[in-house]
Amino acid sequence: MSTVTKPTVPAPRKPWAASPKDRAETGAILAIAVLISWGVVAATPLKGKLAYAAVFFIAYLVIDFAVSFRKAGRPAAVDSLFRSLVTTAIAIAVTPIISILVTVWIRGHHGLHWTLFTKDMHSNAFTDPVNQGGLLHAIIGTFLLVIFAMIISVPIGILTAIYLTEIRGRFTRPIEFLVQAMSGVPSIVAGLFIYAAILIPFTKTVNGIQGSLALAILMIPTVARTSQEVLKLIPGDLREAGVALGGTQWRSVALVVVPAARSGLITAMILGVARVAGETAPILLLTGGSGTKNFNVFSGSLGSLPNYVWQAFSAGTPEAITRAWAGILVLLLIVVILFTAARVLGNRKVGKK
Amino acid sequence: MAPESENSQGDEMESTAQKGSLSDIAAARVQKQPGNNALGVGLEARGVHAWFGEKHALSNVSLDFWPGTVTALIGPSGCGKSTFIRTLNRMHEFIPGAAMAGEVLLNGEDIYAPGVDVTKIRLKVGMVFQKPNPFPSMTIAENVLAGLKLAQLKAENKDDLLEECLERAGLWSEVKDRLGTHGGALSGGQQQRLCIARALAVRPQVLLMDEPCSALDPGSTLRIEETISQLSSSVTIVIVTHNMQQAARVSDYTAFFLSDGGPGQMVEVGSTNDIFSRPKDERTENYVTGRFG
Repeated sequence: MSTVTKPTVPAPRKPWAASPKDRAETGAILAIAVLISWGVVAATPLKGKLAYAAVFFIAYLVIDFAVSFRKAGRPAAVDSLFRSLVTTAIAIAVTPIISILVTVWIRGHHGLHWTLFTKDMHSNAFTDPVNQGGLLHAIIGTFLLVIFAMIISVPIGILTAIYLTEIRGRFTRPIEFLVQAMSGVPSIVAGLFIYAAILIPFTKTVNGIQGSLALAILMIPTVARTSQEVLKLIPGDLREAGVALGGTQWRSVALVVVPAARSGLITAMILGVARVAGETAPILLLTGGSGTKNFNVFSGSLGSLPNYVWQAFSAGTPEAITRAWAGILVLLLIVVILFTAARVLGNRKVGKK
Repeated sequence: MAPESENSQGDEMESTAQKGSLSDIAAARVQKQPGNNALGVGLEARGVHAWFGEKHALSNVSLDFWPGTVTALIGPSGCGKSTFIRTLNRMHEFIPGAAMAGEVLLNGEDIYAPGVDVTKIRLKVGMVFQKPNPFPSMTIAENVLAGLKLAQLKAENKDDLLEECLERAGLWSEVKDRLGTHGGALSGGQQQRLCIARALAVRPQVLLMDEPCSALDPGSTLRIEETISQLSSSVTIVIVTHNMQQAARVSDYTAFFLSDGGPGQMVEVGSTNDIFSRPKDERTENYVTGRFG
């Protein structure tokens, strides 16, 4: 303690990290598995990309298992096998998503240009050259549909979540079950419900608000369940503190619990929006697909991105197909932006600005 | 060295508190006389029982809290102290399956009588919790004044009230330059004093404190104890504590609770000095001298 010599600081190391030898070994196993898959596909009637992948996967598992078994015994080998299986499962899960994104970008990006966002289709056909006409009407339509669906579903969803977590009455269990079951409702069912309940008996024509109602039916379970999870995370202490200060339960929930959960509730809202932004089936049934800008959801046919894509594909010419891919790309971009916003807002710490 | 101090709980306080036995600490306090204060008639529990579902958690507790005094409730875990304190401002009923019997009289009127507005009761009988729990979405100033908003009260001058409450809670000098920042950035002890200031802002007649220092370091504990001493002239305080030295330091009266496997009961109540120096019941003596518990 009393010495004045400065202690020498050793260089930081990571003794637990893989050594170059370990890495070479892993590389060798991978290389051997690739070789085996190449050989097996060449030598047997198995053909195609899937065959390569399947043989490679099995070969890798077997060799990796054998190597770890020799090196460290059975427990280590099983551990290694399990890790390989989990990694494979993730790869299988992520592949289609990446494939979709890449395909949409490759096919859609040359349909992107500025007039997509400034023009609509009222004087153009889908078969016209790609640089004529645009998506503006569809973007406006999708936004209107989603905003009205939000106006309907967010209050209902959040109030349901408040009932489930704060009030906890006799109906908590059945409602919880119902909300979970509802999140599995196919979108066409929601569409047909509004079709049978509103379009046939009352309006007898397409309009935007019917689409919003169907989307709201799909959004409510997502908003309610996510909000419920968020509200459950708020410590019971805060509720008690609110009530102990002489607040009624309602004021305590409104002034303490909901503000504390604010960022999570915003996330719930955005997840709900992302859930329905690309829904097509109810839209096709209920809103029509005008090519002209329409700002009134209560009357007249309302174009939307899913509808635009569907119509463009139906038109079938190369120009129309390019339009369709561009439409999908724009829709995906909107959803990705929304999800990113949800993540950013959700990760923000409560109480810090 | 006397056996008491060797076995006393809360050894973390030893560096900051006076050395000596619990009875010395208790005797060093100036005993307050009951009823020397214009703080209303006070709070009285009459034959209070409490249940959680089928479990009988508390049996037949009768206890008076004199205006302007500090009463400590001590006893081992699970003896019903916290349950009892929560019956005093009707927080007990917050737990699903809870039930109670008996009467709690605030200024002579039963707070469990039919037609009583429970929010008014909780305004008069405030509470500070075990874990500091400032509202995370609010700034320091908003936290202090949260009770006004929650209970829809009006204040003549909010700035004065804010300063007064933080001053009484011993926090003003530490936070006066950052009233607009969030309470979560304060230390644990400061957060707890913020919660005390928050409870004081609605001007309670009684302040219940449920182990207010159990999550705090010794320095913060000492600050809270100073705060309690300063408050005790203007508010009736009931404090649950596991730290017997704390009970000896801050309280005028002490009640010892115990459960023999069945429902918790109050074994003995008396002036803090008596409880720690000449308890009447053998079980109390065993507990305060650290022979069990």
